[in-house]
Amino acid sequence: MIRLNALEKKFGRLEVLRGISLTFRDQGITAILGPNGSGKTTLIKSILGMVLPNNGSILFNGRDIKGQWAYRDQIDYLPQIARFPDNIRVRELMHMIRDIRGKVPAQQDRLVELFGLGPYWDKRLGDLSGGTRQKVNIVQAFMFDSPVMILDEPTNGLDPVALIHLKDLLREERGKGKQMLITTHIMHFVEEMADELIFLLEGNVIFQGRTADLLHRVHEENLENATAAILRDRKIDRVNGHAFTRVTPAFHLT
Amino acid sequence: MFKILKYSFYDLMRGRWAFLYTAFYLALTSTLLWLSPDLSKVIISLMNVVLILVPLIATMFGIMYYYHSREFTELLLAQPLRRTSIFFGQYLGIALSLSASLLVGIGLPFVLWGVFSSDSTGEWLMVLVTGIFLSFIFAAVAYFIALNHENRIKGFGLAILAWLVFAVVYDGVFLLLLTMYNDYPLEGFAIAGTMINPIDMARVLILLQLDISALMGYTGAVFQKFLGQSFGMMLAFGALMMWVLLPALGIRWVAQRKDF
Ligand SMILES: Nc1ncnc2c1ncn2[C@@H]1O[C@H](COP(=O)(O)OP(=O)(O)OP(=O)(O)O)[C@@H](O)[C@H]1O
Ligand SMILES: [Mg+2]
Repeated sequence: MIRLNALEKKFGRLEVLRGISLTFRDQGITAILGPNGSGKTTLIKSILGMVLPNNGSILFNGRDIKGQWAYRDQIDYLPQIARFPDNIRVRELMHMIRDIRGKVPAQQDRLVELFGLGPYWDKRLGDLSGGTRQKVNIVQAFMFDSPVMILDEPTNGLDPVALIHLKDLLREERGKGKQMLITTHIMHFVEEMADELIFLLEGNVIFQGRTADLLHRVHEENLENATAAILRDRKIDRVNGHAFTRVTPAFHLT
Repeated sequence: MFKILKYSFYDLMRGRWAFLYTAFYLALTSTLLWLSPDLSKVIISLMNVVLILVPLIATMFGIMYYYHSREFTELLLAQPLRRTSIFFGQYLGIALSLSASLLVGIGLPFVLWGVFSSDSTGEWLMVLVTGIFLSFIFAAVAYFIALNHENRIKGFGLAILAWLVFAVVYDGVFLLLLTMYNDYPLEGFAIAGTMINPIDMARVLILLQLDISALMGYTGAVFQKFLGQSFGMMLAFGALMMWVLLPALGIRWVAQRKDF
């Protein structure tokens, strides 16, 4: 179980997370939505202990993660930007990750096969195309069978076929009862896959709940329009002299 | 930590820079030994190179390695590892690979030459030991600077500046002060001033070991006269230890607070 208590994060004077409290659902896919720069990656990295919050706490299975590291054994992480050392080979990278985790990967070969990475196995990471690097990133994240997966824009740069494979994989992992946190800007993907949405805006959570609930609240047919409406409404509220975030209690579902 | 250390160490040793660095020392040491039959002279020439070059190369390795492995570090941070293990592992990997280059480059030719059956074993060991100390110290300082500056150009500039201050500027200013105030008793000041600079400290250690008063220089002589050889050496080693410890603590402090 992952729980955030009044989580605050500032970068210099920029307040990215302004006191976020929520509990993620324990199983299935939670989509974290929000415009660019709304703090999705910051939130995710806080859970991983890569970004250290200024205030508030994060509980992982009931324990505060502050200063902890062993809990990361339970998490598979796919970073937003697939940045790897340029001059090492795919084979070496996988070997290193395995060695550092000290675990035998549950399904490495299958994933390599699935994403057609075989021909790239002995290539340097710096020589791979962006999408291929993202496939390496995906294999790296999915090869251990950890109960929690945190995926930061997993669809980045994938071709349609790879995207279908990714969705199949996600369904399979959901079937195993895993907890998955996913950020993405692709609304079709969210409509198709997410069991729950979390909408971040200006450092606050303005919505947590099912897709259908959100659509209902903003009287829209699909998520794309709903998102646009939320961002537009905020503008209208501003003009009226109300910040959108003041309306949030009515929006909040817990 | 040892896994990270192992990877950093091999990563560096595999690279061409560590190879060039080792080859340079091998060539230099062999040439010096071949040119001069007098081991003390060889050691003094070597000392002059080591005192400038070791800090410079350690600075470069420390700074370059941090930036070069920035991506990998991010990957490591998401793994079940302690932050301090990651950063100390990398730092020690750098320091040990530099030390290995020194040991091979300066050690091997002397061993083959037969240093153990000469009476210069102590001096030779002192060059190696102080060289290793300087590698640890300057790699730590540079790594600490890199950790504090995501902007590579700034980090690089600052690290080179730090090296320049200790290797060049400091001695000039220090000597200037000593000559300006040479009417006053300056022994305490000279000792303190030397201990602040690890390169000076290493030089004093080697000179004390060589025990040639003509070469001692002012600070060396002060160390010998006022502290005695063995106490002077102990103090100098203590100062070098502090110099290893301080930037290492700095690395830990920043590593525990930084966002990635
Ligand atoms: N290490 C950092 N130092 C300073 N500012 C940062 C840092 N990391 C993130 N920020 C800032 O925090 C804000 C939130 O960034 P974050 O990456 O969390 O957004 P995001 O919601 O993931 O956006 P995107 O959809 O573009 O991925 C941005 O304004 C970003 O510039
Ligand atoms: Mg992001």
